[in-house]
Amino acid sequence: MSQLLVKNLHVSIDGKEILKGLDLTVNQGEIHAIMGPNGTGKSTLAYTLMGHPSYEVTAGEVWFKDQNVLELEADERSRLGLFLAFQYPVAIPGVTVANFLRTALNARRRAENPEDKGVPIPEFRKLLLEKMSLLQMESAFAGRYLNEGFSGGEKKRAEILQMATLRPEIAILDETDSGLDIDALRIVSEGVNALSGPELGVLVITHYQRLLNYIKPDFVHIMLSGRIVESGGPELALQLEERGYDWVREKYENGVAA
Amino acid sequence: MEEKPRIVVTRTRRPGAATRDFVFTADMLPSDGALKDYRLQAWKTYASLAMPTTREEAWRRTDLRGLPADSFRLPTPEALQGLAPIPADLLKPLISDQHGGQIVLTPGGASVEVDAALNRNGVIFTDLKTAERDHPELVRKMAGQIVRPEEGRFAALAGALSQNGVVLYVPRGVIVEQPLHSVLWGPGTGLAHLSHVLVWVDDGASLTYVHETASPQQDAASMHAGNLEIRVGDGAALKFVELQSWGRKIWNFTHARAQVGRDGNLDWIYGAVGSHLTKTFAEMDLDGEGASGRMSGFFFADGTQHLDLDTQQNHQAEHTTSDLLFKGALKGSSRTVWQGMIYVAPGAQKTDGYQANRNLILDRNARADSIPGLEILADDVRCSHGATVGTLEEEPLFYLQSRGIPEKEAARLVVEGFFDPIMQRIPFEGVRERFQQAILDKMAADENQ
Repeated sequence: MSQLLVKNLHVSIDGKEILKGLDLTVNQGEIHAIMGPNGTGKSTLAYTLMGHPSYEVTAGEVWFKDQNVLELEADERSRLGLFLAFQYPVAIPGVTVANFLRTALNARRRAENPEDKGVPIPEFRKLLLEKMSLLQMESAFAGRYLNEGFSGGEKKRAEILQMATLRPEIAILDETDSGLDIDALRIVSEGVNALSGPELGVLVITHYQRLLNYIKPDFVHIMLSGRIVESGGPELALQLEERGYDWVREKYENGVAA
Repeated sequence: MEEKPRIVVTRTRRPGAATRDFVFTADMLPSDGALKDYRLQAWKTYASLAMPTTREEAWRRTDLRGLPADSFRLPTPEALQGLAPIPADLLKPLISDQHGGQIVLTPGGASVEVDAALNRNGVIFTDLKTAERDHPELVRKMAGQIVRPEEGRFAALAGALSQNGVVLYVPRGVIVEQPLHSVLWGPGTGLAHLSHVLVWVDDGASLTYVHETASPQQDAASMHAGNLEIRVGDGAALKFVELQSWGRKIWNFTHARAQVGRDGNLDWIYGAVGSHLTKTFAEMDLDGEGASGRMSGFFFADGTQHLDLDTQQNHQAEHTTSDLLFKGALKGSSRTVWQGMIYVAPGAQKTDGYQANRNLILDRNARADSIPGLEILADDVRCSHGATVGTLEEEPLFYLQSRGIPEKEAARLVVEGFFDPIMQRIPFEGVRERFQQAILDKMAADENQ
């Protein structure tokens, strides 16, 4: 069983420390939710785990499948089994969804076997159509340029489509619920639920409890000022829904400030 | 308090003055042939013009001081002996399974193959020398009419001394189904390859024609100067593909112009990936009412390559339509220039002209200049343009890498995506594949070449 282990992670961007000693363990098969107010470092955690070059790790460790993740490039992390569903996926003009996903699949195959000739087109087409129907996407979607002119809902569905195709072992969903109407939220959540199981660990990063009505977490963590300050079961999310973040702030920030 | 600056002159700079000149002489002109008079006139023009300098607007960004002009000789009839033969790849049909005809031009010679059925229909597709002998009237009607020697020193030089070329005539109403293909193959060093290509698609006729220029990689310079004159008659249609893949020691100068008659249509695809330096003038004159033309350009420079492309869309008549899209990528310390102009003549109402140039810079030391221009002398027209120079951005690359695609491959994918709008405009798979291969080769190339 794979395990993502984050120990005492400190991260800075442009010299400003955002993560200040974060600890977290996510096992394959578990669903974790990280909740917290805006500006607390949730997205920084997501980008750092995936290896964005702008984020500088100043201390701490990240381990996955006996590998020191911090020494790996983003593409190596992906091939190792990590996945990030972006909050704001960028457009890649001129590159179709199908071409992109085939390239991504072939990169995996070639990393395993440099002689690999790539996934045969009919096999790929079948796979893609199957995954697209899971997310209730029209087949014409495969021919569109990646994220270009996509609506908010289409972008998020495209992220989950990539997750379904690439089959990671740990998936980080960064604010996947932001900008979604209820229907889109349901489709996206159903997609995630269809993929989750003993093979997949999920780390849901969200500001709102709303998404957790659809994707049921086993563990909930509260993040504040670059650290995880509270961890518990699903009831913690409900508590936040009822009482907001003020009690967390009072309990921890005041203590820090003192 | 103002301090008077002390001016110290450490060196004098003579902007653009070439230090070396050609050693061609009037006795190199052919003593006979259908174009004798034209050549003589072109020679006089050549002799009257100095080497272009960066003081001239059209040459402001292309400096010829490094041109080893005095090292170039005209190829002799036996020149090809001992030189690299043309690679089989260049002879493959680019457009359909087979050619209607193929011409290979080599230093001092030419080989011509044409489908006999085309000859029966009156189509002429042959090399310049043969055409001067067999079709003198036609050749005289075509040469020097569309690209005139006065347009520049290289146009005059190619006109006067061209040893090689293509003459292609499609008579009225003849639809040529199978594409015609010509290749100018220019191996050898210290040579001046001078070419003249004449194309006339007469009224109501239609044709697809591919002309390529190429040479092997060599260790010393050669040059090419070429004129390309195209006439698309009333109601005629021409799809024209021009591919430039010269070796990296070639100095390449071309003057190309297409004139399109009433309701005629031109679809012109231009690709440039080779040469040490290229200066191209490519112009489209929409002369007849309702004429339309599209120009699609693909270029990719790397290393120290310098590509300078001048395009002009001239709307001379009412209801004419032009659409230009040139896309270029740059690596290493290469330099590209695109300077485009849409001209609308007085009275050319209801014209619709568009031009766009997009550049993608892949390395810090590369530089692209993009200079669009409009000169509109009619009042009821629709003309617009766009020009951009961008770099490879970090976010798209990270996004692709986060899906397991290695950085180099991610960059290639972004570059392929950048060129996709050009690929969409090319109806020929073989040509698209050629461009895609160029992208792969250039993206894989070591930057320290």
